[in-house]
Amino acid sequence: MTSELFLASLQLAMPEIILAVGALALLMIGVFSGERSAPTVTGLAVALIIASGLWLVLVPGEGVAFGGAFVLDPFTRFMKAVALIGSVTAMIMTVGHARSEQLDRFEFPVLLVIATLGMMLLISANDLLALYLGLELMSLSLYVVAAINRDSLRSTESGLKYFVLGSLSSGMLLYGMSLIYGFTGNTGFDGIALVLASETRSLGVVFGLVFVLAGLCFKISAVPFHMWTPDVYEGAPTPVTAFFAAGPKVAAMAILVRIVSDAFLPLVADWQQILVFVSIASMLLGSFAAIGQRNIKRLMAYSSIGHMGFALVGLAAGTETGVSGVILYMLIYMVMTLGTFACIMAMRRKEGDNVENVDDLAGLASTKPFMAVVLTALMFSMAGIPPLAGFFAKYFVFIAAIEAELYALAVIGVLSSVVGAYYYLRIVKLMWFDEATGEFARVPGELRLVFGLSGLFVTAYVIFGGPVGSAANAAAASFF
Amino acid sequence: MTDWPILSTVTFLPLVGVLLLLLTREDSAYGRRNILNVSLLTTVFTFIVSLFIWIGFDNSNPGFQMVEKHAWLGTGISYHLGVDGISMLFVILTTFLMPFCILASWHSVQTRLKEYMIAFLLLEVVMVGVFVALDIVLFYVFFEATLIPMFVIIGVWGGKDRVYASYKFFLYTLAGSVLMMLAIMAMYWQAGTTDIPELLRFNFPAGMQTWLWLACFAAFAVKMPMWPVHTWLPDAHVQAPTAGSVILAGVMLKLGGYGFIRISLAMFPLASDYFAPFVFTLSVLAIIYTSLVAMMQDDIKKLIAYSSVAHMGYVTMGIFAANMQGVQGAIFQMLSHGIVSGALFLCVGVIYDRLHTREISAYGGLVNNMPKYAVAFMVFTMANVGLPGTSGFVGEFLTIVGVFQVNTWVALFAATGVILSASYALWLYRRVIWGALEKESLKGLLDLTGREKLILYPLVALTIFYGVYPAPIFDATAASVDLLVNNYAAALQAAQDLALTVH
Repeated sequence: MTSELFLASLQLAMPEIILAVGALALLMIGVFSGERSAPTVTGLAVALIIASGLWLVLVPGEGVAFGGAFVLDPFTRFMKAVALIGSVTAMIMTVGHARSEQLDRFEFPVLLVIATLGMMLLISANDLLALYLGLELMSLSLYVVAAINRDSLRSTESGLKYFVLGSLSSGMLLYGMSLIYGFTGNTGFDGIALVLASETRSLGVVFGLVFVLAGLCFKISAVPFHMWTPDVYEGAPTPVTAFFAAGPKVAAMAILVRIVSDAFLPLVADWQQILVFVSIASMLLGSFAAIGQRNIKRLMAYSSIGHMGFALVGLAAGTETGVSGVILYMLIYMVMTLGTFACIMAMRRKEGDNVENVDDLAGLASTKPFMAVVLTALMFSMAGIPPLAGFFAKYFVFIAAIEAELYALAVIGVLSSVVGAYYYLRIVKLMWFDEATGEFARVPGELRLVFGLSGLFVTAYVIFGGPVGSAANAAAASFF
Repeated sequence: MTDWPILSTVTFLPLVGVLLLLLTREDSAYGRRNILNVSLLTTVFTFIVSLFIWIGFDNSNPGFQMVEKHAWLGTGISYHLGVDGISMLFVILTTFLMPFCILASWHSVQTRLKEYMIAFLLLEVVMVGVFVALDIVLFYVFFEATLIPMFVIIGVWGGKDRVYASYKFFLYTLAGSVLMMLAIMAMYWQAGTTDIPELLRFNFPAGMQTWLWLACFAAFAVKMPMWPVHTWLPDAHVQAPTAGSVILAGVMLKLGGYGFIRISLAMFPLASDYFAPFVFTLSVLAIIYTSLVAMMQDDIKKLIAYSSVAHMGYVTMGIFAANMQGVQGAIFQMLSHGIVSGALFLCVGVIYDRLHTREISAYGGLVNNMPKYAVAFMVFTMANVGLPGTSGFVGEFLTIVGVFQVNTWVALFAATGVILSASYALWLYRRVIWGALEKESLKGLLDLTGREKLILYPLVALTIFYGVYPAPIFDATAASVDLLVNNYAAALQAAQDLALTVH
């Protein structure tokens, strides 16, 4: 590789380099200034992510770097921006909770920055090896943060569970990759696509495809690889759960989109039926299993399983409209989820302890009207009721499914969204129809900011959503 | 006047009231007064502005008027508004009923008045939006958005079983309309547009029409509601506060009928023709069965709710008769029912506010101490029965005339329903108003207050006026309905010619 090429590659990867070098610097700062440095490191980590995001958005330039292993195009740029917004928001939300959840160690923000770096690399991966490296960098950091509260049995249990199941899925992913490499002789996505397009598909490649998809479905917690989600969501400290629900899902969905609509595009008939099944199963399980949940974090876990099912509806269509729908869905999903988690973190009794039961929200409309209004908007949005953003998210994925004539998928999808509406309504009902049992403490400013912005986004999308939709369309034009 | 976006103004004017309400405080009697005044003024002002739509409306133009069109969301969906003879009067009906709802809630809503009024004003925005939307996605957005405020209204300010009723209302109607969303998407891919005027000109393939019709039918039949998916309505009505019932019966049921005319009948003529006997069957079942059910009710509101289902049976029957009389009659019946059933719920509200029960057996002999109330209630009862001279008669008569040309048996059974409606309505009236004033609890009841007179007397006047002189309404609707019916007949004829040439 000549030095010009190398420099060009470095320039394309500059946002990642900022994060990587910055994470190491933060680690040094933390080590040398001891335990008290946690707030400083958190602040610097937020600044670092913002710097990386600014570089990503403001500095133009597209292309393939590092010998084809890394790609920067409108799609990756959009998804990285979404993932960075998710990470930075989740990180800001941890500030007020650092002490009570034992997150006040400098390792915590550093690990989150490294996980974010992993997401960025994952989104940009254009090669099976780059994919694996990005995925593991992200996952290993997440395993540690899930168990960061060492004194809590639930937190350590969820970390261990996540680690064991995550390793299993990584194993499957690697096995699938080796099969694909063995049968196509390539690890680069473009090379794989060329080989698959030129020869008749072999059973080995299909096997490989199934294993790779299984590994990625684990990361987005789609059925039947969802088992870890409720336990990890419930067990991990709430700020960590918020982080899990935002960026990593976006990153894993992005690479799933890239791998099926780039490397495996010639096998569309094969992966389409897999995705249709996974999508239907996720939507149904997400709606039915959430009904019985009492813990709001578990409920959000099932809700996220359902949402992944809806996002996959768009991907299963296998068209540009579909990909654009998925991109939009992930963005709107992430904003809604972060807003909801900000509300969940604000569920702190005056006596000082956090509560996690759905019933604790009873009567919120009379005690905290603003939070209740925002949470109501978020719940109706998640249920997909117009004119809120969640409706448009569903609209654009289902319109792709109808275009691709996947009628059964679409009908099952919308009907399961009606079932799902039931448990979102239950939260609204608790807040508005029931009498308050106790009052929550004053909501910290940063949480109010996050859920306020999130509520504004879901309600104002109907007026200002045009540019967002156009950006998603432009991003989807990277494929096909 | 011509450049002024009057439809957007009318649609979004209540939002100004919402903003003002957000700035007021509820904690004192003075604040309460402010909230009520702001809401009342907003709705009255909206009604007055909406009258300019009627004044500026050109009766001879069958197409869409006062059209506004802007790009929206950058995805082919447009913000496209306009009214024609079919939709214009529904806009007026909505804005007209709103001030009455505010007045009816004057004393009966004690808690969270501010949220209550905000919910009502938002509901007005989306209901008017449904009738003026000329983009089918925009239509759907407004159509569905009605669920959110109504869910909250029933759930927060409703009766004892309000939670059950609000869930049932929400999930029933949502389940119906999500299928319509898929139909809208399929229409978009087929026709390449979501614009209603263009979709009206587009000829959907016959096989596809069947499925699209069924999907839309699911949405509108639930909203209407038609037998056998009507069961949410009695629950919702009984539990909702008085003003909520008025809006439910007066306007929200009409969303279904409007959808049938605008989308099912106009866009899928072949499927409508094919399914007409099916609709007739359901309509006749609704008319006869729910009238019988209504007769056996102990709860006044439930009785009126079932009678609404029966009356909506005439509407669906008239629409799918697909001739001038049928469709005109259906529109008239919807408008008249909007006024009459709204007024009946307001009448129930009057005695409910005094006695806090809706049991029929708790009343009796009210004519002795509430004569004015008895007169008003009498007029609305007669209109509900369909007595000539009241607005109820015109609609029922025309729909029966319309359907008689298509199927005499249907007309026969529907006419039987008129007799049944007379039996339950008159029996209700006898049990509540006539008889001796024996119950101790009733003896202290006072007749209508000034506020209640203000609510009921204009409605009495309108009911009789439109019963005697329905021409203003028919003048407005005639041209558009004529166009619709002609297009419908032409589409059927074209399909028949095609079948002949193929054979």
